[in-house]
Amino acid sequence: MHDDTTTPQTRALRLGVAGPVGTGKSSVIATICRHLRDDFALGVITNDIYTDEDARFLKSEGVLPEERIRAVETGSCPHTAIRDDVTMNLMAVEDMERDFAPLDIVLVESGGDNLTATFSPALVDAQLFVLDVAGGGDVARKGGPGISGADLLIINKIDLGPHVDVDVEQMVADAEKARDGGPVLALSRKRADTVEKLCDWVRKMHKTYAGGGHIPVDPGPMAPHHHAHDDGHTHNHD
Amino acid sequence: MERQAALLLLADGRLPAGGYAHSGGLEPAITAKRVTDVAGLENFLIGRAETAGLIAAAFAAAACIRAVRDDFSDLAVLEAELDARAPSPELRKVSRDLGRQLRRAMSSIHPHPFFAALGDAPHQPIVMGVAAAVMGLGPRDAALAILHENNSGAAAAAAKLMRVDPFDVHAILARMTKRLDALSVRAAAAADGPPADLPSPGAPLSDIAAEHHRRRDVRLFAS
Amino acid sequence: MYDSLHPKSAHRPIGAMSARAVLSSALGPNGSSHIQTLRSDGPLVLRKSNPKGSEPLTHRRPDVARVALAAGTAGPLGGDDYALDVQVGAGSTMVLQEVSAMLILPGLEGAKSQMSITVRVEAGATFVWLAEPIIAAHRCNHRHDVRVALASDARMISREETLLGRHGEPAGDLTSRLRVTRDGAPLYDQQVAFGPARDGWNGAAVLDRNRAVGSVIAVDPGWTEAPPPAHPYHETAALTPLAGPGVAIGAVATDSLSLRRLLMRGVNELGPPWAI
Repeated sequence: MHDDTTTPQTRALRLGVAGPVGTGKSSVIATICRHLRDDFALGVITNDIYTDEDARFLKSEGVLPEERIRAVETGSCPHTAIRDDVTMNLMAVEDMERDFAPLDIVLVESGGDNLTATFSPALVDAQLFVLDVAGGGDVARKGGPGISGADLLIINKIDLGPHVDVDVEQMVADAEKARDGGPVLALSRKRADTVEKLCDWVRKMHKTYAGGGHIPVDPGPMAPHHHAHDDGHTHNHD
Repeated sequence: MERQAALLLLADGRLPAGGYAHSGGLEPAITAKRVTDVAGLENFLIGRAETAGLIAAAFAAAACIRAVRDDFSDLAVLEAELDARAPSPELRKVSRDLGRQLRRAMSSIHPHPFFAALGDAPHQPIVMGVAAAVMGLGPRDAALAILHENNSGAAAAAAKLMRVDPFDVHAILARMTKRLDALSVRAAAAADGPPADLPSPGAPLSDIAAEHHRRRDVRLFAS
Repeated sequence: MYDSLHPKSAHRPIGAMSARAVLSSALGPNGSSHIQTLRSDGPLVLRKSNPKGSEPLTHRRPDVARVALAAGTAGPLGGDDYALDVQVGAGSTMVLQEVSAMLILPGLEGAKSQMSITVRVEAGATFVWLAEPIIAAHRCNHRHDVRVALASDARMISREETLLGRHGEPAGDLTSRLRVTRDGAPLYDQQVAFGPARDGWNGAAVLDRNRAVGSVIAVDPGWTEAPPPAHPYHETAALTPLAGPGVAIGAVATDSLSLRRLLMRGVNELGPPWAI
């Protein structure tokens, strides 16, 4: 007898990492794994549009034993897999928690998508949203559910700021405003102090979660957004 | 009164059971340049419905009958018969992955002790048959649900994979409705007999292409 | 469990042939295999034979029972009903050869023809059967049905090839089913069906525009732990491990020669003692 809905004996903190393509989601996960693997039992689920590229990257980085990094293939719908139909990801997380019990934290990396894609609360307990300075200094100001509602907003690759004419302090200030004062972390994996802040945030989140004090917050469903239709109307994307 | 709304629920591609990640073999067929236009797409979908579709439908209907009777004594035989009808290990795995996902979804949507009785990794048609039964549906409905879900899933992938007018794709689906009705009747008729006599129409190129697809570095769909 | 199936045609025209041939082998006290029963019937002619070319498993071994099946007449034609029962006795080794391709022709009144072959491979026995192609001539209407029941420690290799019509002609209607069970449990069950009475078989999911389709099934109890891995070794051919200790080599091709080459390349992928 087998029942897939049975909660594994230990349920890890399920931490989502979302954000647009190329902002450094895999790199953030690699950084977390590298710095926290001695303190926590970790697992990683990657979501890839094309094959298992992200899983291969993380495996090649050697941040965790290979079997603790698993790929879910989402087809051409990365946001569906973390939002409207989370079954594949949910089972991947549950399988990993079962296979490597007890795990403390399972990181779920979404496939790179647009600014509106956020994790369903049915899949993760908390989520990071990753932007980078190279994507433009005005992105944070634009807001959207990921930017405004994620548990932590990361502005990544801040060391590149001067090279792409982005005022990092202004970008962080814009982000804080868009988030009503919610936490924003300016990150560069080349700056140890920022990496330590990231690790601290994860430690605190795990402590709160393990103590039962964390209530998952949904950044919200996809906000109405514009498509370049001739009539320029606004509609809800399903 | 017939439970028509329950049938629509099960057959809906938006049922959150992970089907959107699969193209039903269409992507491999396009990659191999065997499907290049709308006519080729239609013949692909017909061939698939008449082979893997009929097998899935017959096994869904067979599982439904067993669930309605609350008799799963030959469940392992059904699973083995379905394995024997899928030479490609990749396609056997896809069927079991989708089966687990459908079971996971249905266990939350409409819990029933039958779902836990289906073993570690049941094939998708078996789970669909049981899901139909616990939703008050019969074997023909179970057959129709999986035929429609599989067919419309592959058709939906066409819009993402081919340069094709989505109206043309749905025109194919409209033309195929009578065929799916007829296949579901055949499937239900076969379902009450011994599992060994369930239909076994093969689709050699689907098996071969599925194995190539698994080994490709770049693919949009898992299968 | 040994499921025998020799369905009878509902309607058979006058002059249609019915034939039932029987063949069995046994293991002798000296450890070599011999033919025990050899009963030809009408068009189904069975003869003891010598090695014909290379063989997997049994290459040129003199201690195995070799039989050749030859067609005594053209056909089967529509309305004909042929059956062949084969029993490979415990511990024995049988090689069944075929002399030529089987051309399936239409009969009067569009009646169906059928051929039903049952094979029982008993404990510790080995069966090698490299059949010649079945050719579904224009307007034929044929059902071919092969059931192989293996004991749990039996070995076998079988090849089937089907051609969609003679050169340059459209295919007739044909369904060909091969079902292999092991210790009563299903291991492989696939039917190939094509012809004007059906749809979709010439689409990309099934045969595309190919004119030849075939498979090789190899079963070895030694593969229970680790069956050979899947290997799609050609765009239209793949070696695939089954859910039990067996592999299926499946291929489609534009013509019979290409099909034969693809299938035998798959057999050679298995290495010794299968490779030839």
